[in-house]
Amino acid sequence: MKSSAMRDLMAVTARPEVISLAGGLPDTSSFPPETFAAVAQRIARESCAKALQYGPTEGLAGTKDCIVEVMHADGGMKVDPDDMIVTTGGQQVIDLVSKTLIDPGDVIVAEAPTYPGAVPTFSSYEAKVEQIDMDSDGMRIDLLEERLDQLERDGRRPKFIYTIPSFQNPAGVTMSLERRQRLVEVAAERELLVLEDNPYGLLRYEGQPLPPLYALDRGVYVMYLGTFSKILSPGIRLGWVVAPPPVLEKINLGKQAADLCTSTLSQLMVQAYFEEARWRDYVESLTEIYRDRRDTMLDALAEFFPAEAEWTRPAGGLFIWATLPDFIDTTDLLARALRDNVAFVPGEAAYLDGRGRNAMRLNFSASDEESIREGIRRIGKVVREQVALYGTLTGRPASEPARAPVAAPEPAEDAKVVPLRRKAQ
Amino acid sequence: MEDALERLGHEALPIDVGADLIERLRGGAPDVAFIALHGRNGEDGTVQELLEILGIPYTGSAVLACVRCMDKVLAKHMLLEAGLPTPEFFAFSELAFRELGAAEALPAMEERLEFPIVVKPAGQGSALGIKFARTPAEVPSALVNAFSYDDKVLLERHIHGRDLSVSLLEEGGRPQTLPIVEAVPRDEDFFDFEARYEIGRTEYDCPADLPAETTSRAQEIAVAVYELIGCSGFARVDLMLEESSGELFVLEANAVPGLTETSLLPQAAEAAGIEFDALVERIVDLAAARTAV
Repeated sequence: MKSSAMRDLMAVTARPEVISLAGGLPDTSSFPPETFAAVAQRIARESCAKALQYGPTEGLAGTKDCIVEVMHADGGMKVDPDDMIVTTGGQQVIDLVSKTLIDPGDVIVAEAPTYPGAVPTFSSYEAKVEQIDMDSDGMRIDLLEERLDQLERDGRRPKFIYTIPSFQNPAGVTMSLERRQRLVEVAAERELLVLEDNPYGLLRYEGQPLPPLYALDRGVYVMYLGTFSKILSPGIRLGWVVAPPPVLEKINLGKQAADLCTSTLSQLMVQAYFEEARWRDYVESLTEIYRDRRDTMLDALAEFFPAEAEWTRPAGGLFIWATLPDFIDTTDLLARALRDNVAFVPGEAAYLDGRGRNAMRLNFSASDEESIREGIRRIGKVVREQVALYGTLTGRPASEPARAPVAAPEPAEDAKVVPLRRKAQ
Repeated sequence: MEDALERLGHEALPIDVGADLIERLRGGAPDVAFIALHGRNGEDGTVQELLEILGIPYTGSAVLACVRCMDKVLAKHMLLEAGLPTPEFFAFSELAFRELGAAEALPAMEERLEFPIVVKPAGQGSALGIKFARTPAEVPSALVNAFSYDDKVLLERHIHGRDLSVSLLEEGGRPQTLPIVEAVPRDEDFFDFEARYEIGRTEYDCPADLPAETTSRAQEIAVAVYELIGCSGFARVDLMLEESSGELFVLEANAVPGLTETSLLPQAAEAAGIEFDALVERIVDLAAARTAV
């Protein structure tokens, strides 16, 4: 549980006058209302009683067909509808998998930093989370193997490895093909389950798509978490999990206990939507919007953040991860930034061990370009002031910020280790 | 809070403080405003000032006491002047560092206060921004982060010992002390200040297991602080009992202490046999009585 003071702070980020770069909200304002109306009408006309009724715990067959289509569109994944359960958002998958597999004190492995929304879930099941550092190619699999060896020597076996390989939340980096292949091999060699969380896979703004872990392993050790939140709507609360049958059976029991079934209305909305409209066109339109917003944020960072700051350059997804000089605590910085009506997520929220205190997650999907630029300008101003003050206090004046973006030299191998320091290109 | 007020038969009108505060207060025309706010506007006298202007009776301390408590530097100067014990400190504005070269004086301050040093924003009600600096190298960072909350910060001598809270509730026009609450950190790392505010990482002991003379001395000091600051209705005074010397030191006074069912003052009241609803009723009555005079 985070401190109440921190919760108070985060509550302020929701005020309307605050430019919030904190949340992970997709832009739902571009969804065509006429499509929504057509979807609603179709349900009213064709399946009113069904929409108002309970459904099977594992989900409606028609919805599963839509999911099969989405997974095929992302790296050509092939999946049997019987191997999946439709869930109340992707978040429920994290909860159900944790509930199914974790006993108090069990080890699980995650990235460092990891999805802030998974932190309270893992904590509530009393998991011991081993966080593996990343670089610009995603999780360091060599470090993972070292850690797994160490755990084995200690007689501990992780219950699963949790990873977001594509456009990771919060770091914004993507696991390279080589590392994906190696991770799948490591899982097979050691017979370890992997939970692949892939909410943003289809939101790629540049470069070639990479195969999901699920496609590489064909569902032997890789469990897959998908969601409609970022390709359609988070409001319909619709996600899914694909897992090997023994795990899936337990997840099914857990889901029955939690909420019996996923909203039938939401499931029928997806079905009707897939029939009424071209869902891929909408994803494409979102991609266009988010690409511009990402570029705006990257430009603003280069212009307004001091030379001492570093940040990642995501090829997709919703987030940029910025690292500030280590004398700045971003939770305190958030309190200061909120006085200027701008918010972000302090990096601490993405770790279970107190790291990340000088980092921040910045979201570029939920604000328009003008707000993004203004928000980054305000944060940058405060950071620069703090850097200057620190210089005054230590008698070491801060270096002049590099205004023009500088091409980053390829980092040396050992410099790529920790913690996600990669200059803007 | 709202539930308690309704259980007591009051008509409670919850107001989230925002731009429409005055409008809503005028519209609601309450008999008493129950202040359940935390942070800058609720504790620093701002809301109290507005309620004075509107002529609405309100719970707890009046404007001046709020102003004094919210500014830890001002409160500590008052304590010193009155001969009440508070840890030695130095306070500076950001301007002093930026423009007057106050950084030059840091080594002298550090020598005087000895490490670890506590660095606090002058006007922050919660644990946010409070840092321990264990070495000279940690001081600048602690200062930079404390300045996130306020233009004025203080460097304070750290008192190693037991963390005590004395809650006070008026009765017959006099502040009466409630049983002392001791915050006992579960983990040994007493430098981890944030931990004190994380659920489950601190246990509270009430009444604190203290020698009788320490209890009465702490209560005496708390009453003196209450009167010096000019609190009304109820308040809380936080003290440290130094392990090495057995001396008590006042860390701060809270003119608007937390009043959720798990806050310290309600815990202390319960130990004195005053249930939460009865406490809320007392506080409302005190507010109504104060203005009736």
